[in-house]
Amino acid sequence: MAFLFFAIIVLITLLITYWASRRTSTTADFYVAGKSISGWQNGIAIAGDYMSAASFLGIAGIIALNGFDGFMYSVGWLVAYLVVLIVVAEPLRNTGRYTLADMLAYRMSRKPVRAVAALSTITISTFYMIAQLVGAGGIIKLLLGLDYELSIIIIGVLMILYVVFGGMLATTWVQIIKAVLLMTGTLILSFLVLSKFHFSMVEMFNQVSEQYGQAFLEPGKLYKNPLDNISLGLALLAGTAGLPHILIRFYTVPTAREARKSVVWAMLIIGAFYIMTTFLGFGAALLVGQDKIILADQSGNMSAPLLAEALGGTYFLAFISAVAFATILAVVAGLVISAAGAFAHDFYANVLRNGKATESEQIRVARYGSVGVGIISIILALLCKNQNVAFLVALAFAVAASANLPVIIFSLFWKRFNTYGAVAGMLTGLLSSIILVIISPNVMGAGAIFPLKNPALLSVPLGFIGAILGTLLSKDTMSEESYTELYVRANTGIGMKD
Amino acid sequence: MELRHSNQWKKIARSSEFIMLMKRRRRFQIFSATFFVIYYFALPVLAGYTGLLNKKVFGAMNGIYLFALSQFFMAWIIAFIYVRHANQLDQTIEQMKKDLSKGALS
Repeated sequence: MAFLFFAIIVLITLLITYWASRRTSTTADFYVAGKSISGWQNGIAIAGDYMSAASFLGIAGIIALNGFDGFMYSVGWLVAYLVVLIVVAEPLRNTGRYTLADMLAYRMSRKPVRAVAALSTITISTFYMIAQLVGAGGIIKLLLGLDYELSIIIIGVLMILYVVFGGMLATTWVQIIKAVLLMTGTLILSFLVLSKFHFSMVEMFNQVSEQYGQAFLEPGKLYKNPLDNISLGLALLAGTAGLPHILIRFYTVPTAREARKSVVWAMLIIGAFYIMTTFLGFGAALLVGQDKIILADQSGNMSAPLLAEALGGTYFLAFISAVAFATILAVVAGLVISAAGAFAHDFYANVLRNGKATESEQIRVARYGSVGVGIISIILALLCKNQNVAFLVALAFAVAASANLPVIIFSLFWKRFNTYGAVAGMLTGLLSSIILVIISPNVMGAGAIFPLKNPALLSVPLGFIGAILGTLLSKDTMSEESYTELYVRANTGIGMKD
Repeated sequence: MELRHSNQWKKIARSSEFIMLMKRRRRFQIFSATFFVIYYFALPVLAGYTGLLNKKVFGAMNGIYLFALSQFFMAWIIAFIYVRHANQLDQTIEQMKKDLSKGALS
């Protein structure tokens, strides 16, 4: 049964790819769907790009097994969009074409800034992708009984097909379909759960308290060290606004106003989804039971599928499994296209070829880049079999928060900021996040040198300090003089290129 | 609209319309960011260092869950207020663009 649903999703997405491929001929088509996406479509696509299988299956599982702490984890994923909405989205739309580096290039010396921004983008996307693919391999094995290797190759090949042939247009529609499926599945599950408690949340909470104790509804079961939780909160809050696969979505809409609309749509969907994770998690704890959840999978990833089976039988289980599959596909496709954009647009076209590459050459490199990124990720995911790579998501957010956000903020708000500051800030943020994770409990276990699982609490300030020192210790009048242009463009959209 | 020379950008940046626009935009950004950052970090701080909100409010539903839930509504409300504010600023920007094409920016 589940196979049939999987096959339908594969078929529909491939048809979309075929349709999109006939509308993708220029680089603007390829990277940003020719800016043809409307605000609400982009909002749904952002939600589809952002809500990963880790959110859907993982958070439901964390809540089912650890209670309140799992929900606290959900909060940051939404509040982070306020930073995106109020600080980042519109200026980016007003000053860029395809990548974050486009904005920086207005005032900085192009080559070094583009090279470092591409490095940071590719690092973030790769970490995120490995985490997604490794998780996906495990999930598909649980849901369909397919081999880990086979699962990863199927997903990897599909994501490459979507991106190479359908570009951003196909990626966007895969994300929209996934978001609609995910919300439909989650709404039905929540409705069915609440119907068991006379549609009263209080009654559900009472039963949770009765069965698992009141402490299950209080913080402290999962996060023993409050600083860990604060550091993770900072990584989410500051990192979301620096995630390349989210930022590239703002270039797919025609105006800053549409970019703003799309964030609001995304916030409505993402917020509703994370609120419903409570119903999924507590519902699974009560209606499936922790013993059965742990028996199926130690980490609790099977909570939502088992809940679906308990409430709606085999068909519903098959549907929810297919939703999880679509969820994975949409996220990895978004990651491939943002990494390929950084490689082909920033590194190849502007650093190696000095901006002299022809249109057809650029789009060919973008396609080769997508295949390359896809194949490398597949190989890395195959090598990481049986490794616990969940921390790579936290690391991706930490790098985005420490390397990208300080530079975005200073470019927009600080006149003195210059090329040296941007390069120093990005490198400090990138390296400090990676080094701090290597010496953290994620990698070193109990004897770790750095006590926090997420490095953001230290690496974000380091990223800002790197950017400040790099700027103050250098002189670069060109960056200062061109600030006025970026400042006016970012805040008004005057002079926007089509 | 071709604006090749940095002088033109400087002229816009010095115009009273633009200065007013930025004043309003910055004020909103600073106020809202201060508010939501404090509200957001209050959750892990209160949950991690105190048991203040563990008191039951409705049945077994306690203060800390309600506070976590309120974060979602806080985010939605601030987003809504921002959009209203930004839509007003859009009108100022549209006016600026019109003045600019007529060369009448003061």
